[in-house]
Amino acid sequence: MSTVELALADLALAALLLVVNGAISVYFGLRLEVSLAVAAARMVLQLAVIGFVLRFVFAQTSPVWTALIALLMVLVAGYELLQRQERRFAGWWAYGVGNLTLLLVGGLATLYAVTVVIGPTPWYAPSYVIPILGMVLGTTLTSVSLALQILTDAAERERPAIEARIALGATRLEAFAPVLRRALKTAMTPLLNTMALAGVVTLPGMMTGQILAGADPGEAAKYQIMIIFVLTGAAGLGALAAALGGVLLLTDGRHRLRLDRLRPARS
Amino acid sequence: MLRIDYLAVPGLPPLSFEVAASECLAVEGPSGSGKTRLLRAIADLDPAQGYVFLEGIERHETAAPHWRRRVRYAAAEPAWWAATARAHFPLTAKLERLMAALALAPALLDRPLAELSTGERQRFGLIRAMADEPQVLLLDEPTSALDAQTGALAEELIKFQVLAGRIVILVSHDAAQIARLAHARLLLAGGDGEDRAQSFAA
Repeated sequence: MSTVELALADLALAALLLVVNGAISVYFGLRLEVSLAVAAARMVLQLAVIGFVLRFVFAQTSPVWTALIALLMVLVAGYELLQRQERRFAGWWAYGVGNLTLLLVGGLATLYAVTVVIGPTPWYAPSYVIPILGMVLGTTLTSVSLALQILTDAAERERPAIEARIALGATRLEAFAPVLRRALKTAMTPLLNTMALAGVVTLPGMMTGQILAGADPGEAAKYQIMIIFVLTGAAGLGALAAALGGVLLLTDGRHRLRLDRLRPARS
Repeated sequence: MLRIDYLAVPGLPPLSFEVAASECLAVEGPSGSGKTRLLRAIADLDPAQGYVFLEGIERHETAAPHWRRRVRYAAAEPAWWAATARAHFPLTAKLERLMAALALAPALLDRPLAELSTGERQRFGLIRAMADEPQVLLLDEPTSALDAQTGALAEELIKFQVLAGRIVILVSHDAAQIARLAHARLLLAGGDGEDRAQSFAA
């Protein structure tokens, strides 16, 4: 079974819907039309470029190219994570926490999914590694950014309570335990929702894509189940790693709260 | 014996002094002169150059949580991490005794902390700082929110800690209280951000 190929004219027809949105924005004075146009142009460019790049990389099937693209994806995801953070860590650690977490968790989860669960030949086949890494990074990004958000917010807002525990002889992890628990719970909530709604309210993106590409819906569902397991596991581990790393960064070896290691909020 | 050796609290010149067991040192000075910063540095809650020895052991020679179980800083406004006071204490006979000593009714343990008065919270904070019997008590304006009656009870409790062989450093704006409790005074004379410290040994 093959898909109906899209011509450029078809894309233009789809873009008409966006033009309607733009017109609504102008009519109601929402001032979103420029942002909408810029975002749309950016999206087209990004996807066109990635389409060409992936076509090239898939044709090579070389471990070097796969690793290179994967690394690039981690770096971009790390940058995006930084952009989402209202309160950043000072110095190089601002980049370190996110990138290390994404590299570690994204890499491990993807390798596990591709080599142990799927097992294509060769094991580094970019057509498996890259889409799965992309989904893992996207999900982990959200949960890591939620966990760090709660952690840095609470460290600042609940500073007296955290320091009260430290003054009473608590270790830094003991003092942060309630905050850590809250951060992890918040980070896991979207994942739980995704699982609860999958197939009932939402038809997950990858499954939809596979069905559109002509795959058997049963096969597509199996793939989706596998992916949700991997994504949820990766995102939970990512949130835990980032939150623990965040606690270590917000405190020092003498178990003191060090809010001076947090940069002031951007205005 | 608590010995402070060239402790450089940010904004203050290096300080050196000693407080023996069963002694209370009062720290005086205008607001912003660094009294709280000094207590926090002694409890190792803020980084500071210099040395603090308790019974000959410097603070960096022991794990920080262990140091703070022996050298206890009690903030002027105690902070809480649970809804009621009870969640902050292991329930012991000692807790009941301490509460009775500060005229806190047992029922207050289970009342939401937000519904207690500032004075009741301050007394609970004092009890929390003393419950596990740390050797050194760094009390930051411990009676600032108390009326004459409960303030006198708190002073009695502090005096009892001193008599029991503990070391107390007391930050207070109340000259009469200092006269009643302290054996020695340390004056931090600050102003306009240019802080100077003077030490009056007794």
